[in-house]
Order: sequence, then C-alpha cells, then structure tokens
Amino acid sequence: MADTSMLVRHPLEARRTQLTELSAELDGVALELETPVAAVDLRLDPADPGPAAVADVAGGPLPAQPDTWTELVAGQALRLGPDEWLLTSTAARPEDWEFGLDEAAAEFGGTAVDVSAQRTTVRVRGASARRLLASGCAIDLRPASFPRGRCAQTLLGQAGVLLVAHGVDTRGDDDLQLFVRPSFAGYVVDWLVDAAQEFRRPT
Amino acid sequence: MQLIACPWCGQREEIEFSYGGQAAVAYPADPASLSDEQWARFVFFRDNPKGPFAERWVHSAGCRRWFGAVRDTRTYEFLSVGPLSATTARPSVLPEATP
Amino acid sequence: MSRIEGYGRIDRSRHVTVTVDGAAYTGHPGDSLASVLLAHDARPANTGVKLGRPRGIGASWTEDPTGLVQVEEPFPEPMLLATTLEATDGLVARGVNGQGRLSEIPDLARYDRLHTHGDVLVIGAGPAGLVAARTAARRGEDVVLVDDRPTAGGTLTGTETIDGRPSLEVVDEIVAELRASPNVTHLQRTTAFGHYDDGFVLALERRTSHTDDGGLARRSRQRVHRIRAGRIVVAAGAVERPIVLEDNDRPGIMLAASARDFLHRYGVLAGREVVVFTSDDAAYAAAVDLHDAGATVQVLDARPTAPAVWSRRCADRGIAVTANTHVHGTRGPDRITAALVGPERREVPCDLLLTSGGWNPTAHLFSHVGGRLAYDPSLGAFRPAAPRPGVEVIGAADGTFGLADILRRAGGAGGADDAPHADDEPRDPTAVLWRTEGDPARQFVDIQRDATVADIARAVGAGMTSVEHVKRYTTIGTAHDQGKTSGVIASGITAELLGLPVEDLGTTTFRPPYTPVAFAALAGRERGDLFDPVRTTPIHDWHVAAGAEFEDVGQWKRAGHYPHPGENMTDAVLRECAAVRTSVGIMDASTLGKIDVRGPDAAVLLDRLYTNMMSSLKVGRVRYGVMCGNDGMVFDDGTVLRLADDRFLVTTTTGNAAAVLDWMEEWLQTEWPELRVRLTSVTEQWSIVAVAGPRSRDVVGAVFADLDVSNGTFGFMTWQDTALDGVPVRVARISFSGELAFEVSVSAWYAAAVWARLLEAGRAHGITPYGTETMHVLRAEKGYPIIGQDTDGTVSPHDLGMAWAVSKKKPDFVGRRSFSRAQNQDPRRKQLVSLLPTDAATKLPEGSQIVRFADDGRLPAPPVPMLGHVTSSYHSAALDRPFALALVKGGRERIGEVVGVPVAGELVAALIGETVLVDPEGARRDG
Repeated sequence: MADTSMLVRHPLEARRTQLTELSAELDGVALELETPVAAVDLRLDPADPGPAAVADVAGGPLPAQPDTWTELVAGQALRLGPDEWLLTSTAARPEDWEFGLDEAAAEFGGTAVDVSAQRTTVRVRGASARRLLASGCAIDLRPASFPRGRCAQTLLGQAGVLLVAHGVDTRGDDDLQLFVRPSFAGYVVDWLVDAAQEFRRPT
Repeated sequence: MQLIACPWCGQREEIEFSYGGQAAVAYPADPASLSDEQWARFVFFRDNPKGPFAERWVHSAGCRRWFGAVRDTRTYEFLSVGPLSATTARPSVLPEATP
Repeated sequence: MSRIEGYGRIDRSRHVTVTVDGAAYTGHPGDSLASVLLAHDARPANTGVKLGRPRGIGASWTEDPTGLVQVEEPFPEPMLLATTLEATDGLVARGVNGQGRLSEIPDLARYDRLHTHGDVLVIGAGPAGLVAARTAARRGEDVVLVDDRPTAGGTLTGTETIDGRPSLEVVDEIVAELRASPNVTHLQRTTAFGHYDDGFVLALERRTSHTDDGGLARRSRQRVHRIRAGRIVVAAGAVERPIVLEDNDRPGIMLAASARDFLHRYGVLAGREVVVFTSDDAAYAAAVDLHDAGATVQVLDARPTAPAVWSRRCADRGIAVTANTHVHGTRGPDRITAALVGPERREVPCDLLLTSGGWNPTAHLFSHVGGRLAYDPSLGAFRPAAPRPGVEVIGAADGTFGLADILRRAGGAGGADDAPHADDEPRDPTAVLWRTEGDPARQFVDIQRDATVADIARAVGAGMTSVEHVKRYTTIGTAHDQGKTSGVIASGITAELLGLPVEDLGTTTFRPPYTPVAFAALAGRERGDLFDPVRTTPIHDWHVAAGAEFEDVGQWKRAGHYPHPGENMTDAVLRECAAVRTSVGIMDASTLGKIDVRGPDAAVLLDRLYTNMMSSLKVGRVRYGVMCGNDGMVFDDGTVLRLADDRFLVTTTTGNAAAVLDWMEEWLQTEWPELRVRLTSVTEQWSIVAVAGPRSRDVVGAVFADLDVSNGTFGFMTWQDTALDGVPVRVARISFSGELAFEVSVSAWYAAAVWARLLEAGRAHGITPYGTETMHVLRAEKGYPIIGQDTDGTVSPHDLGMAWAVSKKKPDFVGRRSFSRAQNQDPRRKQLVSLLPTDAATKLPEGSQIVRFADDGRLPAPPVPMLGHVTSSYHSAALDRPFALALVKGGRERIGEVVGVPVAGELVAALIGETVLVDPEGARRDG
C-alpha cells in the first residue's frame, strides 16, 4: 500500500541510511541528504533599490557579486546570474515564500517563482570533500579560488549542479553543498558513492 | 578543453557553453516584405570568415546568459567577450585578419 | 642469469614470480617485466606483424618498438610493453604474434578522473624537471609534477655527480622536499599524454599496476588527471635514436642508453659480448658501465675520430674503440650472434649490439598545442623552434644534453642560484647517420610496423614528397610507440631519397596520446549505470514496484507499460488502451517540460514564438500550441495555460524541454531584450499526473472534493486551482487520448502521494496505470503527432494537417515567412495521413518505405519511387486491428488510395486515410 500522506521527504530518502553507513566507513568524506526547503527563483533588476527592498522580506542582504551567496535569517541567497537569485527558506511554506517575495519584487518589475521542488540538496563534508568533488567537477576548487561564500553553477560528471562553499571548521573539515535537479539526484548520488570508494578506510 | 570566459561567471570549460552562430544577424523588421531569396539568405546563410568572427555564445550549464564574443576561426582563440550589444559589431569593423 | 650484484634499485630481499609464454621467472619488486626476462636471458615469443621475424626487447621504456606482450593476469590487456609493465607476483603474459587480444571478460576495476589546478605543471621528474619544480615550489607556487616512470630521476643512473654527491642522493633530497611542500602535487607513474588549449594537460596515472592486490576494492586502477595550469614546463627528456642497418630487427639489438638503464635501474646486464655502434658520445657511458659490470665491450664509432676523453676512459679499461667504422648488418639464427662490420662485412661475434645515433628531444607535449619544431642539424633532430606563451621546454626536451647545462638552466628565467651543480663534460658533436649501407628491404625503420627503407623508397617512387603521406603509405610511426625512435629517421631517409635537406621536409605532426591510453581510462566513471545520467520522476519508485517496463526518453526513464504476469508488451498495451477507452487510466506525465513565463510582455513573446495566437487566451483557459523554427518546420508542441494576465505556464515535449527553454531565452535575450518577460524552468517543480477515460471525472472529483468537475463548470481546455490537505494543486482538462481526461499538477514533493490518492480513488473503477507505449497508441488513434517521431525537422504544421493551429491574424511569428515560400506550398510535400493495412493483420514496421502498390504484391524492379514512410505503427484495441501514421507525398490528395509497404520481402497493401481513426467527431472528450 503506497503512502498517501502529504509529507515532504528528500527525493532520495530511501538512500539516507546507505549514505550514513558509507560515510562512517570513509576517511574525510561524509555525504548527507538535506531537508527540503522552500525556494524561489528571483528575477530582479540588480540596480537599487529593488534588491534592498527584497532583502527586507528575504531576511538578509542579497549577494552583490557574481557566483557568491549570503546567509539569510533562515535560509540562503545565492546569486545565479546578473538578474537572478535563488532564495531559500527553512522556515516558510513554499507558496508563502513565493507570494511574499513576488510581491516585494513586483514593485521593481521583478518576479519570484516557486522552485522549491526544482532542486534538492546533498551535503558533502570532510577534509577530502573538495578532492571528492574534483573528480567530477572541472572548476578550480582550491580553497583560495572557491572560498566560503562562493557558489557556482557547473557540472558534476554530466549533471548540472549548483555548488556552494560553506566554511572549514576548526578540525579542518570542509563543508560543501550541492543543489541538483531531483531527477538527476539519483545519478549524482550514485556518482558520489562510486567516487567515495577511494576514501574508504583501509580495513 | 578550451576555456571560455563567461562575462558573468568567469572562465569555464567549453562544454558548459553552446554556440549561437554569427552575431548581429538581426531578425528582419518586416519578413513579409522580403523576397523568397532574401528570406532564405536570412534563414540559411551565414558568413564563414577566416580570422576574427563576431559570434553569440550562451553559458548553458552556468548562468544561462547569452553573450557576444569575437573569436579567431583559425586559432579558436577568443579575442574578446562582452555583452551582446557591445560585441555584435559586424566582422567588417574588426581588426583585419592576417591571412 | 644476467643479474649483477651491486647494481640496480630493485628490492633483492623480496621475490616476485611472473609467467611469460608458460615459463615462470623470478624477479624482484622494482623490476619491469622486461628486466625479469633479460635477467634470465629470455625474451617474449614475439614476431613481427607482417614478416613474422622474431623480435626481442629493443629499449628500456616507452620507446621500445618491439617488446610487446599480451597480459593475461591479473586482467587481460593487449599489446603492452614489457618494459613499462612492473613485475608483480602472479603477472601472466605472453609474446604477441602480430596482434593482441581484447579481454572477453568484463573489467571490474574502477577508472576515474581528477581535476587538478595549479600555477605550474612540470612534466618530467628528471634533473631538469625536479629543479624547475623545486624552484617554483620555493616561490610558493602551486606545483604539479608528473613523471611517467615509477621513480624520479629521469635518465640519471646514479653514476653522475651533483653537488659533489651521487646524483640519486640529490634526487631523493629534492623529492623529499617536494613531498613535504603542501603546495606540491608530485605524481610518479603518471604519463602526461596530451596537451591542449589554455594550459590543459591530460595525464594517466597507473595506480595499482605495481601492487599485488590489484587494489580493485578501493583505488581506481588508472586515473586520468585533468590538469589545468597557468604555466606548463615540458621537461620530458629525450629518446635515443637508433641507426638503421640491415637485419636490425633481431633480438639482442638495443639502444645504448637502454642497456645502461637496465644495468643501473634493475641490475641486469643485457649481454656479455657487446658491440656498441655509435655516432654520439653518450653511448660510451654505456660501453664503460657494461664493461665495468663484467661484459666484454668494443666500440665502433661512425665519426672520423673518437672523442678524446671517452677514448681514454675506454683505453683505461681495455675497451677497443674503432673510429670511422660502420656496422652494416647482423647475423644470427634469431638472436644476434655477430655484427657485420665495415664494407667487407667482417663478422664480429656478439650477443648484444647497442646503437646510438644521437637523441631526439621529447617535445611532443610542446608540439601538441601547435608549438613549432625545427630541424637542428647539430642534433640530427627536431627541437622547439619558437617559444609559445605559457609553455617552457627545458632540459633534453629542448635539446640541452649536458647535465651541467641542464641544471644551470632548469632554475628558469628567475636564475635560481640554488640550482644544483654538476661539472661540465666535454662533448663531441653528434654525427647525423640515419642508416648504413645495406639491403633496404631488410633495413627496418619502424620495427613494430615491419616498415623498411625499401618501403620508404616505394613511397617516394610513387611520387610522395610529404612525410605525412609517407607515414600513411608506409605506416611508419603508427604503432604503439608512435614513431618515438623511427619518426625522425623516416624523415631523414625520405629527405635523403628525395635529395632534399631534412629542414625542408619537416617531421610528422605529434598528436596525443603520447603513449597508448586504454579506453577504460578515458571513459573513467562514465560507463555502466553512470554512462549517461538516468533521470527519474518523483513517482519512479512506484513504477518500479509495479513492474513497469521503462522506455528511455532522452535521459528520462519513463514507464512504458506495466505488464501483468504472462503478458507481452502488445498484450499489456492493448489492455491499458482498452482501460482508458472504457474506464480510466492513470499516467505519470511529470517529464513534460514546463516553463513559467512571466511579465507584462509575456503574451507578446508567446505570440511571436507560437504559430497560434496566445494573447487572446483567457485566464483560466488552456490552448494547444505549435512552435516552428525560422524555416517554418515544426520544432515543438505543447499546451499553454494562462495563469494570469502576465503569467503563462508553457509545457513542452519531454525530450525538448531544455531546447525549448533555450530557444525562448535566445529570442528573448538576443533579439527582443526590450520585452519585459522572465522565463523560469519549472519542469521538476511541478509533477503532472494524467487521469484519462470516461471514469476520470469520478476519480478526480473524489480526490479533490472542493472541485466542481462537472462539464458545465470545468470545461475542456480549462484549468482550476484546488488544494489537497492544504497543498496547492492545479487541475486542467487536457486530453492526449481523445477521452475525457484531466492533468493534475502538484509540487513534486507531493507527487507520489497524489498519485497514490488517485489510484485509491480509482480502485472502484479499476483504474489502470498506463505507460508511454499506451499513450502513443491512444494519441495516434486520434491523429495527434509526436514531435520527433512523426516529424523530423522537415515537416510544417500544414504538412501535419494543423493549419488550424497557424494564426492568420498575427502579422508575424517565427516561421511564418517560410510558410509562403514556394517549397512550402508544394502540394507534393509529404503530409501526415493514416495507413490501414488492408489485410487488417500486418503491423507495418515503423520506418518502412511506402511505394506504389503493384497488383501482383511484388516489389517492382528498382528504381522504385518512394512515396513516403511509416512514422508510427501500433495495434489498436479500439479498432481491433493494426494501423499506422505515415508521411506520404501529396498524402491528403491520396486519401482512399491503396499503396504498398514492403515488409519482409512482401508488398503489403495499405489504405491511406484521414489521421483521426477513433471518435472523429470528438464525442468522447467530455465524457
């Protein structure tokens, strides 16, 4: 009997345990599925005062530089293009997130479109996280070139991803986040799991 | 694997981009007034110079923005990239190609 | 045994056993397969590819043209060089007679890629490369250093003195410093095999071939490093050049430096009675070292006088040196037993003949990116001619051969004063000697290819004057070694035969890969399940559990049909079709492309891109639309929902979703940037579940209690918003089957749950999940084309009988002008029609040609004019017979005509008809 409850689950929920177990066997790499969040695609003239007005609703300033992101009160603002941002919220319902931001943006000729289910997120942590990703990602991931606060829409293997750099913690553990289309998520996780075999602890 | 400098995202590998052909081939203002031959020229014919060529590219796997580029068709080297409006000048105003 | 005590860098405390041609040989870790064989005075049972003459080991590394083996264990691989295979326990190989054999078992090893970025990439860890890498590392640059051999040091044997110490001590010291630098990536066993634009180099790392366990479980077996560096330093050394002479393909003939390499690297003496034939100083070092290791050696120098310093060293040891002398041939049953010396061909007994005609700089990686090479007559070789931005060539790769000079220059332009020091060695000039006098038909230029001087003469005689043509005619330089030893000689001999200077002739172009690379390594992770991304819908797991057979649509896996036990595809599809036509079916249509089109000019943009009018569409309504290219040919179709005055939701075909969005963005960004419209892909935001059939209203009405699904309130081609447990849902009355049907859209988060609820509500009506195969049949019965199946980019809306979807009111839209071109007005154009095989039994194969019917049921003799082809063909449950759609020349004029379709040699008669075969009056769509 299929589950008819309207619960929000990660598209790869069925593989969560596999990733947890694998991560326990790896040196310097941990893979984790993130809880789905509300997200809108914001299109807005980057010139003042639109971004500032939207920032009030979003709960934080929008990133001004290409390929960078900022933290919102409960979410992230990622710059995708000259007039495009992805704004996420861990607190709002998708339809509310869209409505509020769309209203704010409309005043400046902008739009916000609900894309909450258009992407899903995988977190890659650990001292070897960048090395794992470098096996499928051609952009320069050296920490100096891709520090915390950077993001990039690029390819991992053959799948389009939005790659996001978080901080390096006190133990030197790196923290990166991958947004991927849900339809590609199975491929991306298969790919990461295969690549992660390199990092298995010797038994 | 060549690098192409997206005006927005910076240098990325060429597989992230798609080619859009010759730049500055404007859609005719009034197609109905064109002869069949004139229309066919617009639809099917493009320049194919040896040397600098003004082209359109799009960063398909990145920001998905279109941009203009001048590329040397002999060496594949990108001589410049920029917003479409700034680089869509006809190849005739570009530096002369040295054969 | 030819293993010499006190020599070599092998681990003599441990043993490995390898098997070659059925015989077991013992070696040591650090050995190559070739050195193990030579240590046992053995060779692989090799023969030449064309002439079948026996072949031995001719060099000590990748330049060896002859020592190929077929590896059987640990994994079958064809045609690997015994010199580059590290001896590991259990290695099984055999000689190659002509060609190798690909594995017949799957390769379970992992292969992968790694992208590395650096400020500088140094290729080669010989003295030049090591110093260059250290200098850069000390400057704080991110350095990548790759070298193809198992250990660093290049051709240093350990006998040289650097900074007053044995050379390899200094090598170890530099390596240790590099290993300790956090900004250095140092990879041995890693061959840079291709150099491309913008500082991009591919390098192949062999990661498990030197370990006994094969490392299958964890490590990738081979890794292609994709290295991007601001600066590339080519320090790849040089390859010794043989001298071509009669019967020079025999086992026991080797490059001089290779014999020295075998001695110092592996402690193996390749022969006891050695003749060294040279036109260059370097071979004397081999003569001296082999003598000191116990061999009897004599040197024949082709130059008029022997070099003074070396003559003295030889004299001290009792090595005979004869100047101005040529070796003209060899003798032996198979392995060499004598060299034929001087014009009188005096037999000089030997078991090893070493030749050296100078050195060819390994400038391949410079040449790959268009670096120009020029002939240097003092070297008898080609070397980099003009600098190239971002690429430096140093050391022997640049034609610098003295160790002192190499070290001095390797520090780079910065003039590092910390560069190590070696004393200058006097060096007499090399004499350029391609070949000696002898029978051209037995003078082998490319020994692997069995290509001789006579073959070059034949090519020149046939009128060829370009080395590129000679290469292709003779196949010289096309073997595994890519002419490392034969290429320049071929140029030299060709020039000689043409009476031209080599300078004018040039050399063949070097192209990647520098050494052979397995396809598995190039494929990396992209094989098996990861060959191409597999895209799945949020309802995929349900389809799998329900036993669906999947159809690949682009990268998507779509449920094609759901066979019950014992059913084949035809049975299942007929059952699913019948269910939709008589009760209700449910299909996952989530893969349809969806684009949110927003802005005050949204309607203007759509009017320009669709053939039909979209601005007149009212909010709350749906319209089918067709898009054409500038050429007026159908590019995509789909439905358009008007969500608000300034907002539309556009659906596209599954396969074209990205292309349509790109197409719309292209027009918007490049042609009409003034339009205030924004496009957002929402393909995966919204899942669509299609519920179709006379009972669909009951099912949809039961799940969405708030919705008035009556025909009066919820008309065909309208949509309404509702909610399910507070989650927004949009329901539209769209039909791709002609039946009463609904499309339920919901955030993909909830798609599986909504699917389950609809199934539950439909159980009373026997709701039947149906797949794309069934959907294809249902739509074909209604004459609805599938873009990309019934069209191929040469079909206009008019050809499809869709003139009704082409606006006559709009002054222009993309493709409109092409409709009035004479070619598009031709009544003989292919038009979409239906075909009913008159036997009511034959399912015409899709793609079948359509020809005039002949009464005798036979295909007439050619030429047979083609009238068109079958684009779609199925069994119909509704019609209880097979039917097809076809593109037929002047098809609509031919309705009622019987044409022929050749099927399995027979001509099947088929009646041309209107495209709509089921419910032509459209009575069923409102239920």
